[in-house]
Amino acid sequence: MSHEVVEKNIGLMVVLIILVISVAGLVQIVPLFFLTSTTEPIEGMEPYTALQLEGRDIYIREGCNTCHSQQIRPFRAETERYGHYSVAGEFVWDYPFLWGSKRTGPDLARVGGRYSDDWHRLHLTDPRAVVPESNMPAYAFLENRVINTDVTPRKMRAMQRLGVPYTDEQIANAQEEVEDRTEMDALIAYLQGMGTALAHWR
Amino acid sequence: MNEYDMSTFWHWWVVLLTLANIAGIYWLIRWTAKKRPGEVAEGSETGHTWDGLSEFNNPLPRWWLYMFYFTIVFALIYLVLYPGLGRFAGMLGWHSGNMLDVEESQYTREMQRAEERYEPIFAAMAEKDVPVLAEDSDALTTGRRLYLNYCSTCHGSDARGASGFPNLANGTWQWGGAPSAIQTSIAQGRQANMPGFGASLGEEGVEEVAHYVLQLSGRSDADEAKAEAGQARFQMFCAGCHGQDGSGMEMLGAPALTKNVWIYGGSLGAIKHTVENGRAGVMPAFQELLGEDRVHVLSAYIYSLSPD
Repeated sequence: MSHEVVEKNIGLMVVLIILVISVAGLVQIVPLFFLTSTTEPIEGMEPYTALQLEGRDIYIREGCNTCHSQQIRPFRAETERYGHYSVAGEFVWDYPFLWGSKRTGPDLARVGGRYSDDWHRLHLTDPRAVVPESNMPAYAFLENRVINTDVTPRKMRAMQRLGVPYTDEQIANAQEEVEDRTEMDALIAYLQGMGTALAHWR
Repeated sequence: MNEYDMSTFWHWWVVLLTLANIAGIYWLIRWTAKKRPGEVAEGSETGHTWDGLSEFNNPLPRWWLYMFYFTIVFALIYLVLYPGLGRFAGMLGWHSGNMLDVEESQYTREMQRAEERYEPIFAAMAEKDVPVLAEDSDALTTGRRLYLNYCSTCHGSDARGASGFPNLANGTWQWGGAPSAIQTSIAQGRQANMPGFGASLGEEGVEEVAHYVLQLSGRSDADEAKAEAGQARFQMFCAGCHGQDGSGMEMLGAPALTKNVWIYGGSLGAIKHTVENGRAGVMPAFQELLGEDRVHVLSAYIYSLSPD
């Protein structure tokens, strides 16, 4: 067998290519599906409430993760600013995770409780009202849009199937919880819950 | 909760696949370098030509080949020294620190170094009382940096606040300007709770109370007749927290209404909105994030901002 054989048999080449490119995945990714540190939630973590889950969908829809990451790395420079570094167990119920890869704005992994609801409302409505040098777009329209509650229980049901421990009771009450709430309310509820399961380090 | 929770199966899975992969690469390099039967002599043409360009049977340049060998040696040395092979932690015992219960990691060492260096400075500052510290230029420089990092997003980089976020530099305090009160505000946070009185006062009542509040603060735009009517209502609904004379009550976070200083705006419309709907300003707690000593230094900086 030589190069010539591989080059002239496209089927064989495909098999060999798949073999080569799958090694890293088999070694680095596959075992993670079976480690408790990557599959078990950290202690005291609660699944998103119905309102938070809706807020998370607004976060995804508006593409917040294009400018804000949700992963604090274990460096002092990051933990001083944002709080405790992120651990894998915090994201086990995130489908999909929203770690992001770029920080045009600050990391949001532990933004929960850092500012008041009022601040978030003001900031989302007009970012430059509170941070003059900000280049974040305004999301004032979220205040005028009401959450579509028809799909909320179905979203939770989907999450339940993926392994998020929602009780049937929570799903039954979901619609009521988000009734008449605006997208702004939902997004703020999501933001205020972020990263609060793990205490800050000092 | 660390990577050592890896089961024996997955441990060997990683070890064997990794080593087999490295061995496979080594074999591949050797195999491709091997002379084949019927191969033309090194340096002569193979007979393949494309548009007049012919292929020579030249070996891979040596430096290039050695680079391949070097990467293999590098990988093996790396895997001996650093974590990579399943549960094997590496001879150096290095750990990035991204797991909750790993001690002696790169991260904890970085934190320890910083702590040894900075904690004594903060501890020394924390021993001094806030009013003394507020005269110390080093402490104020540090305090200002902390302020810009953690507080300026709401209270502004000049500490003059914004609508809904109190001005910290004008000597008027919602929750008290004593050192201990400032410290408590930062460490524990504050939660104001003014109910809305729109339902009990009615539209007219709100208007009258608002004019009375304007009058209390000495503003000339108050309508006297309305203010007079509003006074009785003020005594009934507002005096409980804001005081009979409107001088406020720091313990409840009820601001003084006599100073023409406004957290939510002092226009008639803004005051009416406040009376009608109430306000519930929240100051988040920073004790957990900053620790006591930094809160102390920050308090001194905030304290120093007040005009005497």
